[in-house]
Amino acid sequence: MNLQAVRTLYRFELSRWFRTLVQSILSPVISTSLYFVVFGAAIGSRMAEIDGVSYGAFIVPGLIMLSVLTESIGNASFGIYMPRYNGTIYEVLSAPVSYVEIVTGYVGAAATKSVMLGLIILATASLFVDFRIEHPLWMMAFLVLTSVTFCLFGFILGIWATGWEKLQIVPIMIITPLTFLGGSFYSINMLPPFWQQLSLFNPVVYLVNGFRWSFYGKADVSVALSLGMTLLFMAICLAVIAWVFRTGYRLKA
Amino acid sequence: MATPDQPIIAVSGLVKTYASGFQALKGIDLDIRRGEIFALLGPNGAGKTTLISIICGIVRPTAGRVTVDGHDIVRDYRAARSLIGLVPQELTTDSFEPVAATARFSRGLFGKAPDPRHIEKVLRELALWDKRDTQILALSGGMKRRVMIAKALAHEPRILFLDEPTAGVDVELRREMWDMVRRLRSEGVTIILTTHYIEEAEEMADRVGVINHGEIIMVEDKASLMRKLGSRQLALQLSSPLAAIPPALAGRKLELSADGLQLLYTFDTQAETTGIASLLREIRDQGIDFRDLRTTETSLEDIFVSLVGQRR
Repeated sequence: MNLQAVRTLYRFELSRWFRTLVQSILSPVISTSLYFVVFGAAIGSRMAEIDGVSYGAFIVPGLIMLSVLTESIGNASFGIYMPRYNGTIYEVLSAPVSYVEIVTGYVGAAATKSVMLGLIILATASLFVDFRIEHPLWMMAFLVLTSVTFCLFGFILGIWATGWEKLQIVPIMIITPLTFLGGSFYSINMLPPFWQQLSLFNPVVYLVNGFRWSFYGKADVSVALSLGMTLLFMAICLAVIAWVFRTGYRLKA
Repeated sequence: MATPDQPIIAVSGLVKTYASGFQALKGIDLDIRRGEIFALLGPNGAGKTTLISIICGIVRPTAGRVTVDGHDIVRDYRAARSLIGLVPQELTTDSFEPVAATARFSRGLFGKAPDPRHIEKVLRELALWDKRDTQILALSGGMKRRVMIAKALAHEPRILFLDEPTAGVDVELRREMWDMVRRLRSEGVTIILTTHYIEEAEEMADRVGVINHGEIIMVEDKASLMRKLGSRQLALQLSSPLAAIPPALAGRKLELSADGLQLLYTFDTQAETTGIASLLREIRDQGIDFRDLRTTETSLEDIFVSLVGQRR
């Protein structure tokens, strides 16, 4: 195992983030604050409690997931797309590193950013609403698991993309709708039966609900199912990445 | 395992067919000797970069085998790659990274523990030390080229690949690079450079390989290559134009220029007698006067052009 290389890639990716630290922290803090002003204060006061949780508190896990998913995909896809785009990938490919080490370095760094981002949003949310975390360890577990999984997904996206447009289009066209329709801002029990059934095909529903369960001990779907679906999605991403490196897809001619 | 007289790189039957169906390499066999400077010479699109890219692990071979110091580049890629430093043709750098940081990154990527002294040595030798904290995007093209060399040398490779190292580089930097290459060889580093500047191969290389259309046409010691293929020409500037070569001289390999003012005699430097003395006597006997004479030696460039031309 070339641990030195993993550490080097990991540090390199994180340092890119630290160069833009202010905007990296400020933008999620500002957008989260805006969500709370709009959904929490303006609309939330007219909403009934959901499962005995005030609306403002109800949306906290969903808001964190929303940002974590978007940022995970954005950071991880950019992280691997950039060296492909500017050509510096040659060095990684010619180095004595295995693909497991490459993925660990890139995805590890992107996931680290996502977890930190999630915690920053959590801290910001605590300024606006009162909420409790019943299962803090599970909360961290879901946060880490989701971050890693979606960073893996972002990594695949960054390898698949052949231009900046493609890099943007998947998050905008697929991930954002799935997140908004995934019960971030509502309980899927509030939907008509048909839409409830349809929602169960949305993987984000399981992520958000597993995460929400760790806060309030209640969710629309069982926590075991949530965990299982998250792990399944992760396994699929890992299988795709293994295939990418075995075939050299868009990395090696 | 590896012994000193074993080639440091052994390529056998190497074939590369790209997905487009284009066959870039058509069964390359090539041995690189330990500690030599090997120049791979060929026109654009000959397969130079593909060959290097396969050895370095950037392109996958279609068939054939490559070993680096006895390590198979596919099965034992870690051992093989850790011996190699690569300076690619394109200037590809992380624009926002400072110079020293990018060299440290390269060293770490190759699994070497941090060594500030070595990084400083490399940067000083490449006249980059003063720029160590400068972001790469602020450097000139020549400086960027040096940064790429510094990255390749950061992990103390035993083999250095320089793909078109002096393309678009000014004369001064070219000289500096040649000096650096010689210094590295004196430290025991094997150097493989590709170029389409003959001058570079002629100046630097111990051996020259010529590649064209994905095939190695020839590999020779530079000196023996020059000797073997080198022919000389004797040019005689005549005092008055000659209408045709006199019949008495027909047995000689002579050419007459269109204006009839120059006689060209090509002779082999390897032959026991060049025949110059007897030719000059015969010319005088024919009553042909000449004002001037000079002899020219074939350069590597001429050899190269004739080799590549034959294969077309």
